[in-house]
Amino acid sequence: MLRDEDRIFTNLYGFESFGLEAAKKRGDWDNTRALIEKGRDWIINEVKESGLRGRGGAGFSTGLKWSFMPKQSDRPHYLVVNADEGEPGTCKDRDLMRYDPHKLVEGCLLGSFAIGAHACYIYIRGEFYDEASNLQKAIDEAYEAGLIGKNACGSGWDFDLYLHRGAGAYICGEETALIESLEGKKGQPRNKPPFPAQAGLYSCPTTVNNVESIAVVPTILRRGAGWFAGIGRPKNTGTKVFCISGHVNRPCNVEEAMGIPLKELIEKHAGGVRGGWDNLLTVIPGGSSVPVLPKETCDTILMDFDSLREVRSGLGTAAVIVMDRSTDIVKAIARLSKFYMHESCGQCTPCREGTGWMWRVMERMVRGRARVDEIDMLFEVTKQIEGHTICALGDAAAWPIQGLIRHFRPEMERRILEYRKMAAE
Amino acid sequence: MPKLTIDGTEIEVEPGTSVLQACEQLGIEIPRFCYHERLSVPANCRMCLVEMEKAPKPIASCAMPCSEGMVIKTDTELVHKARKGVMEFLLINHPLDCPICDQGGECDLQDQAVGYGFDRSRFAENKRAVNDKYMGPLIRTSMTRCIHCTRCIRFAEEIAGVPMLGATGRGEHMEITTYVEQAIASELSGNLTDVCPVGALLNKPYSFTARPWELRKIESVDVFDAVGSNIRVDVRGSEVMRILPRLNEEVNEEWIADKTRYAYDGLKRQRLDRPYVRRDGRLHPTTWADALGTVAARLKGVPGQRIAAIAGDLCDAESMLALKELMQGLGSPNLDCRQDGAQFDTSNRAGYLFNTGIAGIDQADAILLIGTNPRWEAPIVNARIRKRYLAAGRGGLKVGLVGEQRDLTYPYTHLGAGAQTLQEIAEGRHAFCEVLRGAKRPMLVLGMGALARPDGLAVQAAARRIAEDFGMIQDDWNGFNVLHTAAARVGGIEAGFLPGPEGRDTAGILAAAGAGEIDVVWLLGADEIDTAALGKAFVIYQGHHGDRGASRADVILPGAAYTEKNALYVNTEGRAQAARMAAFPPGEAREDWKIVRALSEQVGAKLPYDSLSQLRRRLAEVSPVFARPEARVPAAWGAFGRDGQLDGAPFRSPIGNYYMTDPISRSSVTMAQCTETFVLPARERTGTHG
Repeated sequence: MLRDEDRIFTNLYGFESFGLEAAKKRGDWDNTRALIEKGRDWIINEVKESGLRGRGGAGFSTGLKWSFMPKQSDRPHYLVVNADEGEPGTCKDRDLMRYDPHKLVEGCLLGSFAIGAHACYIYIRGEFYDEASNLQKAIDEAYEAGLIGKNACGSGWDFDLYLHRGAGAYICGEETALIESLEGKKGQPRNKPPFPAQAGLYSCPTTVNNVESIAVVPTILRRGAGWFAGIGRPKNTGTKVFCISGHVNRPCNVEEAMGIPLKELIEKHAGGVRGGWDNLLTVIPGGSSVPVLPKETCDTILMDFDSLREVRSGLGTAAVIVMDRSTDIVKAIARLSKFYMHESCGQCTPCREGTGWMWRVMERMVRGRARVDEIDMLFEVTKQIEGHTICALGDAAAWPIQGLIRHFRPEMERRILEYRKMAAE
Repeated sequence: MPKLTIDGTEIEVEPGTSVLQACEQLGIEIPRFCYHERLSVPANCRMCLVEMEKAPKPIASCAMPCSEGMVIKTDTELVHKARKGVMEFLLINHPLDCPICDQGGECDLQDQAVGYGFDRSRFAENKRAVNDKYMGPLIRTSMTRCIHCTRCIRFAEEIAGVPMLGATGRGEHMEITTYVEQAIASELSGNLTDVCPVGALLNKPYSFTARPWELRKIESVDVFDAVGSNIRVDVRGSEVMRILPRLNEEVNEEWIADKTRYAYDGLKRQRLDRPYVRRDGRLHPTTWADALGTVAARLKGVPGQRIAAIAGDLCDAESMLALKELMQGLGSPNLDCRQDGAQFDTSNRAGYLFNTGIAGIDQADAILLIGTNPRWEAPIVNARIRKRYLAAGRGGLKVGLVGEQRDLTYPYTHLGAGAQTLQEIAEGRHAFCEVLRGAKRPMLVLGMGALARPDGLAVQAAARRIAEDFGMIQDDWNGFNVLHTAAARVGGIEAGFLPGPEGRDTAGILAAAGAGEIDVVWLLGADEIDTAALGKAFVIYQGHHGDRGASRADVILPGAAYTEKNALYVNTEGRAQAARMAAFPPGEAREDWKIVRALSEQVGAKLPYDSLSQLRRRLAEVSPVFARPEARVPAAWGAFGRDGQLDGAPFRSPIGNYYMTDPISRSSVTMAQCTETFVLPARERTGTHG
């Protein structure tokens, strides 16, 4: 379990003010100038050493991502912060921005400096009204205090920070769709290559990072890469904010060490599964996009990127959705399918056509109004989508259904046979 | 030059080549829907997936640039599975109504479904239906068939330069539409039906009239502007069913303008299908013998000075040469093929040609447009300028315009309205001079709006001075370009259909006829003249449509339209191209040169050619252009034009309505609909309208 002194987000629950004064008391903006003066390479190296992996879901090394930015360039560089937190089950960035916005603002400055950007855009989900308002206040305070703006923190680095509110499309959380949307276009993912580090916002070198990835950077730099790397397991280091929701006694956001056992996470922080651990049916460990875990796996699994990948799921955004035995699991996954159909941008064929097909078949599966061999067909359809699309939304739509079929096929077959019997009568 | 391996074969390609293009170079066919070589690459259809070594998943070959050491496999199980999967997705919501779809038989989806489709559907749900959209009188939509490749959106935005198409909605509710239910206001909109790989955007006038396999396909050239777009005329029996573009990178690439594509229905209306002779003030149908006899009788004893001939905009080179030589035989020097009254020096070929060639625009870095509205006078040339503007990047191409301000689909600087500005540039007093001086490949485009004026010769001379002073004339570059508006014009000049010694030009002929100094006027398809000015002259009208000229005529000799004869046309670049007979002329109508040849015998000035090949040989003697069809015959630079007083009047483009410029398009119902939709101001509608 994470020791209190190792927590980064000390105001995660909003017990204190989010304002600059309080933030400074919590350690933010403490001699930021000195960090900047250590230079770009030092910052990137420190973040690399810390083993920080992107907190948005894909888990790519943040330091490595920064190092892809060209060192010399005649075009401006940009840092774009992805605050379009839309993954069902996820609400960590929301609370970070609501209660601890200065961590993000400071992180933006340090991150931008590290990649050579004088401007940073925070693309915040449109529904986050209070969060946008708090964040804007924090930005204004920082400008006023000279922490950002011209000669930020007296470091000689000019830095501007802009907050842009999205309009509520899930797909705009995909980094290239976010860039398109930021440019004023329809939010549709771009083809890669070129990657944003070569041609991103306005065709300029751009890095897109999740809010949490950026917000932890100042603390990492202050306390040292070794400290961060010492928490968790090798290659899965540091602390992580988990969002526990669903059939638990106390749903919550909690900052914990990477690699904490799932059972411990739920029992210690969320008050346990409703009706006791044995009442657990399944857990979606990382937001709606990742496959469900069967109960046996939940008993022992560690919550980090690599452990979850081994059991063919993923850490994703670390949004733990707990379902007890009262859950209609087929219906639950069908609802997710509907979500993905609704949020598909429609640009590329497999996702546009496939998500609707899957949802319709899933709807029939809920009632059992299908044939048993259609389960195999459905699985094949998910395989036809997976890996064939421009962005990961196709994969995200396919995985929950694959997880369902892998772990709950008997339940699906039972419904089909039952429906048959009923129809025959 | 990256080297990569595709299916075991090594290939070295130009940097920037995509994997799909590299595959094509090796002759490996990659299926695709969204990819179009002249449009940007969205990689959204996912049909072109191939396997790349070390990549975790298949890649879209159209969007993946080749890099050193890549190993690509296009014929593996993974690839086939991926493509079959994509094909299945495309078909689940496609109506599969091929038997009633106009695209049937020439549909990319149909063709590729043969290779990658499954013989039955696993999709047990309801199919999606989409409301059809209104896109104007030229494009019929059937949006349920749309596969969302977005080629149409990209064409409209990139090539046509009218960002009117877009996609609304998301996911499976995404729909291609105009905003809102607007007709697509582009002169290139018909190409949308060509770029659409399925039957979603269709040729409206052609709808439900023919199947592609029952059409004869004749390769020909277009005559509605001076570009000479290469076309394919599709005919069934003797009826022209539709017109499609033919690839010619030098001229029209693979686009054609809407008038080229859609005005063909004018070929079926108002046709002159038998000879007429005016008796007692009325035109009476008659026989060829009577008509030719009447003309011969009238010409008898008339001195050459009192005879004149004017050739129109759609005339072929053969008939103009024949008529010119007939007129010479009759002793008449009064000839002109410039019915709009354009004044320019024809002594030097460089003085009236588009010297850079249309493809030369691709190299230009500064363009001075003088008295022209290329968007209406030559939409293909305008599209080429836009292409250059996009390819050159920001500030790479600077365009200045002297003349009327119009939306040309690319930004330009309006320098002034008329000859005064031209004078300033010629004298180096204008700000745009700096732009021209700084350019490596500057060009000017001189339109008929600047030449079809009394001071045309002086304008031409001023333009020549600009070309010479601002480095447009280089060893391998001649940036002096004249953009003609008539398909017949350059051919007529090359054939010598011009005033002879002491001969009169168009204005002179009209004035003399009105004053009674000319007795007989032969109008060879000339309709854009003031026929009221012809006074009491005896008018012979030879042509294919009952238009202005025919209604004034005393004798009508029915000729053939461009789809009904084998004939040469010379485009504005000086490129002779052959139109081919796709159907026979209607009724009694005949090929034009044969009419002239027949009459020459009757008036005792027999022309020395009995076949088209003999006539073509004669043409080749007259001008080198005709000896090398399809090729652009460059011209040597020299002096031309005549310095003189420039008129202060502003330059005005001769085309007031793009959709109606000649007898054929004036007879076309489709063009009338376009005129109403795009040109005329919106009419007030009452409750009884539609």
